[in-house]
Amino acid sequence: MEERLDTYAKKGNGDAIFRVITLLFAFSIIVILLIMTGEMVIESLPALRKFGWGFITGSDWDAVQGNFAALPYLYGSVVSSILAILLATPLSVGTALFITELAPHKVGTVTASLVELLAAIPSVIYGLWGILVMTPWLQSTVEPFLIKRFGFLPFFRGAPYGVSMLAAVFILMIMIIPIITSIAKEVLLAVPQSQKEAAVALGATRWEMIRIAVLPYGRSGILGAVILGLGRAIGETMAVTMVIGNTPQISLSLLSPAYTMPSVIANEFAETAGKLHASALMEIGLILLFVTLVINFLARLLLWSVTRRWKGGVA
Amino acid sequence: MFSTIRRSILTLALLAAVTAASQASAETLINGAGASFPYPLYSKWFSEYAKIDPSVKFNYQSIGSGGGIKQITAGTVDFGASDKFLTDAELKAAPGKLIHIPTVMGAVVVTYNIPGVAKGLKLKSEDVADIFLGKITKWNDKRISDDNPGVALPNEPIIVVHRSDGSGTSAIFTDYLSNVSPEWKDKVGMGASVKWPVGLGGKGNEGVAGQVKNTKNAIGYVELAYAFENKLPFAFLQNKSGSFVEPSIKSTSAAAAGAVKSMPHDYRISLVNQPGKDAYPIVGFTWLLVYEQQKDAVKGKKLVDFLKWELHKGQKLAAPLLYAPLPENVVHMVEKTITTIK
Repeated sequence: MEERLDTYAKKGNGDAIFRVITLLFAFSIIVILLIMTGEMVIESLPALRKFGWGFITGSDWDAVQGNFAALPYLYGSVVSSILAILLATPLSVGTALFITELAPHKVGTVTASLVELLAAIPSVIYGLWGILVMTPWLQSTVEPFLIKRFGFLPFFRGAPYGVSMLAAVFILMIMIIPIITSIAKEVLLAVPQSQKEAAVALGATRWEMIRIAVLPYGRSGILGAVILGLGRAIGETMAVTMVIGNTPQISLSLLSPAYTMPSVIANEFAETAGKLHASALMEIGLILLFVTLVINFLARLLLWSVTRRWKGGVA
Repeated sequence: MFSTIRRSILTLALLAAVTAASQASAETLINGAGASFPYPLYSKWFSEYAKIDPSVKFNYQSIGSGGGIKQITAGTVDFGASDKFLTDAELKAAPGKLIHIPTVMGAVVVTYNIPGVAKGLKLKSEDVADIFLGKITKWNDKRISDDNPGVALPNEPIIVVHRSDGSGTSAIFTDYLSNVSPEWKDKVGMGASVKWPVGLGGKGNEGVAGQVKNTKNAIGYVELAYAFENKLPFAFLQNKSGSFVEPSIKSTSAAAAGAVKSMPHDYRISLVNQPGKDAYPIVGFTWLLVYEQQKDAVKGKKLVDFLKWELHKGQKLAAPLLYAPLPENVVHMVEKTITTIK
């Protein structure tokens, strides 16, 4: 075996060339990221200098007066994405389990391809559906119900406008379900048959088999899927802009309109009122990039701790 | 599967080759960029004009007024287009003398959704300002009902909807509000994006119109053409001369006709709240931005030819697309201005 590998190596420097090329490819991505970040920092310098930390602690955004502070946008982005993930994850994992473990083969295949079809729909279509179908429904049915039954909670207070944080959470949830589902499905398919059989042989019911043999094995992969979903949710622009109501305010109530970072960039960048306005929007872009990196980092940390804990156990 | 991909790649390559060839055969390509509001009319103009002079081809990108101003200042396009006129500072930043050529006018209408109330709610301008300031909060406020005897206005809160995206429509509307209400001017001011005291933000005309349509007791503002096409109810607004005017192509043109006495030679004028019995109060020009000294003589000549055509034949195409044509006296003024382009 070793001898054969040696003869391959001696044949020429093909491997070395291949290595350099792939290295260049990998390197170019880092360079692009650095250039982008650098450019954004340079462009946002005027706003950074003028507002300092006040930019992320204040909430006054007034293009006419030249006052810019971005806390409501940061709040809107983080809250809408996290809530969407909390709702989408159980739904997606449940769907993936149904497809891989429970459904008859044909039903599973059809369901899987339908879910993947959802992923192919452009976000502006989701937005249009949201504004024409979903928000009127929320306004006439869901939100009055929530106000009537759960109005004592601070999360469901105020008038039912339809466009709201709730609408944004729902639309994001629908948009990230296909991503999480299809990745989770692939992960679950990779669970070794022997492991499942072993669980069943020990007398496990189907649910117990899923709980002790399937889910732990796929845990890290599913977490990866959730991270990808979160990434999409926090960066999603068009559909959210169309249903969130675009009002920069911080309110506990899910029924009140809100605003997100990508939305304000999309809304205002084309017609900025001057250099400072453009610079403030650039700084929001920078914060968005930073938030995404932090979330990714935290998710990786979580992934790492989870996989380490389970290493000795099952997989 | 793979053969389909290969075929589509081939088709694409072929298409690219054909487009490249056709571009090479066109003699003059004139590039422009800017306002999206007049884009439907401009593209109609360019396609009609191509039939008259096939040797020139126009390429217009509707990237927004701000983008148009940036591009023409940087000299990356041959003409710019904008719904707002340039400030003195912006004019100074340009490498040459920029001329504003007004092409047509647009109007902004106030639309609403009050159950049982059709179009034609009468509103005083200061009342519109106070609604958008959040000072008039109910539809049956005495100030509104006094102007509308016999109309059953509900005792319900007014829900204000505004544009969330930076737009010329918002700029004209806030210009109007600043003009009629000192408090608005002081607290909010005018601009493509402002800090709205109250209300929800909808993206684009369709966002505002959709929100108003879905929300009982809502009020918002959209472009005249958009309101007409979608049959939205709109308010009759009181103008400077005291009459309540229905928004229309005619009353929009009347606003410019009323302003002609005070028209500056560079056409940098806001047309909101103009005098004249029939003048609708929320009206604005949209301009083309052209350098007086053209770098390329051939292009310059072609551009002037087009502007002359647009000013006469082109104006007739405006009304069917729901843009208000320039009134006769303004056309004469602009004619003279065009001759100064070299």
